[in-house]
Amino acid sequence: MRERFLTGYNDFVLPFVLGMAFIISYCVVGMVRIILQLPAEDRKRFFISLVTPATLWKNIKDIFLKCLIHVDIWKRNKLLGYMHSSIAFGWFMLIVIGHIEVFLYTPHRAKLFYYPIFFRYFVAETESTMKGALIFFLMDLFLLIVLSGIALAIIKRVRSVMFGMRRTTNPSFFDLVGQYSLWAIFPLRLLAESFTADISGGSFLTKSLNHVFTSFLSNHANMLPAWWAYSCALGVFFFVLPFTRYMHIPTEILLIPLRNAGIKIRNARKGLAKAQVYSCPSCGLCIDACPMGVMKANIRDTTVYLNRQIRRQNEARIEEISDKCLLCGKCTAICPVGIEGDKLRIAQRSIRKYNLSPDYSGIPVSGLAAAAGDFSGTGHGERILYFAGCMTALTPAISRSMESILKKAGADYSFMDRDGGICCSRPMFMAGRFDAAKQLIEKNTEIIRASGADVLLLSCPICYKIFKEKYRLDGIRIVHHTEYIDSLIRQGVLTVEKDGTRYAYHDPCELGRGCGVYDEPRRVVEAAGVLAEAAKNRKESICCGGSLGSLTLGFDKRRAMTENAVTNLMAGSPDRIATACPLCRSTFGRYSGVPVEDIAEIIDRKTTKTDRS
Amino acid sequence: MDFGFRISPSSAINLDNVDLTLFERLHEMEPDVYKCMACGSCSATCPASVYSGMSIRKVILCLQRGREKEAFRMMKNCMLCGKCTMVCPRGINTRHLILSISKLYSETK
Repeated sequence: MRERFLTGYNDFVLPFVLGMAFIISYCVVGMVRIILQLPAEDRKRFFISLVTPATLWKNIKDIFLKCLIHVDIWKRNKLLGYMHSSIAFGWFMLIVIGHIEVFLYTPHRAKLFYYPIFFRYFVAETESTMKGALIFFLMDLFLLIVLSGIALAIIKRVRSVMFGMRRTTNPSFFDLVGQYSLWAIFPLRLLAESFTADISGGSFLTKSLNHVFTSFLSNHANMLPAWWAYSCALGVFFFVLPFTRYMHIPTEILLIPLRNAGIKIRNARKGLAKAQVYSCPSCGLCIDACPMGVMKANIRDTTVYLNRQIRRQNEARIEEISDKCLLCGKCTAICPVGIEGDKLRIAQRSIRKYNLSPDYSGIPVSGLAAAAGDFSGTGHGERILYFAGCMTALTPAISRSMESILKKAGADYSFMDRDGGICCSRPMFMAGRFDAAKQLIEKNTEIIRASGADVLLLSCPICYKIFKEKYRLDGIRIVHHTEYIDSLIRQGVLTVEKDGTRYAYHDPCELGRGCGVYDEPRRVVEAAGVLAEAAKNRKESICCGGSLGSLTLGFDKRRAMTENAVTNLMAGSPDRIATACPLCRSTFGRYSGVPVEDIAEIIDRKTTKTDRS
Repeated sequence: MDFGFRISPSSAINLDNVDLTLFERLHEMEPDVYKCMACGSCSATCPASVYSGMSIRKVILCLQRGREKEAFRMMKNCMLCGKCTMVCPRGINTRHLILSISKLYSETK
């Protein structure tokens, strides 16, 4: 290879160089700002994680697998995965191999950062060039791969169903500009390189094109406009990048180390929240996932639109979107980037100003503690404190069954809120009023500690989640009743009669996605009957629609969601619906065609007294 | 001197002296507030009522009658657990109503 121009410069590189300089400085400033916005301890933690070999390795692995290969999208849909990784990985390889070319053939130009991008314009082929045939081949191969990805992206715009997506996001104006310039970059590169293929060489793609369309492509008068167009497309893309969804490309590289450092959202708009918002690629996978999506009016209240409105600082819409959400967490579970739609919304709720603040100092803790410490005293085993929770108080069938099971198991138990107790604070927490929630946590902690219990048994997954995450009850094991019943069955304390009844098990949001309890309830159901899985289950289970997460949705507006969730559960044609949450039970009970039961009720019905009692 | 009994103060309300501007604003934000038929389902289920007599039914009545202090005293005990919303036969979103009242009214007016 030899150089064609002594200067190694042509004016057409300017759009690219300016765009690149703009986007790099924008990203550096943005990154520094996000890191500075982190609370001091989080920042320290982040820096330490960057030099810890284990997290460092995890960061590199995650960035490679998530940003370039897009493994999470591959798992979801092969075609969608190929589309993303062909563009990301293909483009990355073009850049890498472009740099290798420069280092091999014109090492003295390596300091010019536009040189690898426009290498083919500046050089000419010599006799010795064929030694680089492999590199030429690879360049064309990756260009072809990227082009195939772009072709798929164009098809996806028209027919998203082919890619497993029923609905996609409505692009904003800048998104469209960014998208068209991105689509234009690679065909223009192919055209530009085809013009120079007879001078600077090429492989199966560029060289062949040059031969086939020789009358047009060998006219060197058209060469420069093609290279200008290629450079302009790159320049436009880089200039609009910060205002488009493509900002997720650089931001995700920051988000992954932040997440791996174990940093949580502390501020509604700054630090990690900002990194998450800008990492949203607007792919719209959350639109199909959202349980509110059954009603078309709610589509614009999904996480992807929340992120967009936060970027636009449209406060009215941010409030509307974050208050409406059921906080079922499904968008978080399926997000390929790892944006926490539910936590982001709770953070938005937490910045509301209220003039009246709760004050629970009037709650007489001592009386409640005395009642909680009143154990049945069968003597053997751990002392189990049963906390039914507010929602179970509205479905007393569950607490009755649980008491019966506890008696059958001969457990030494006490019913903490038989005559009413204090709320666990999860609903208050979900409304974003953390100070009030903290007061409730302190009160409950005092009662539970005073009772002298070894185990805290809960019937309500809403309570279970907050007890597991926010309470400090050292030495007291926190179990949900499905886990407890499962252990009783496995230890042989309870003998369950199995029959042929088919049960569809509904994963409650807070128990499944919230706490990761999927297998215990299924084992319990299988001990009593046949498990007929729902169409979407486990991580992808559909919220019953009764959630306390939503502040603004009235119950009249939730009917379609519940009916959709019931249809999903009926996929395996079950005889009954089993669930493990009092709220799901009462919500489904209203609209389900088959009986709805809590797992505790099923087991209580199907067990007889054992000899231990 | 303590006689073991006392005469309760007059609880007559003169609606002419009650300033309902805030309540009207609340009604604009929460049209459902007039849907309440005072059935008392919320009062019966409220876990805070045991300690404080909190009841969203009474809060609505108090605000309508200008007895805001009494309403605030009860409101401060709400744990936002959502039981009242679940049992309301009129489908009033009581949790959002409580949050709206907390936003709109203030103790030091």
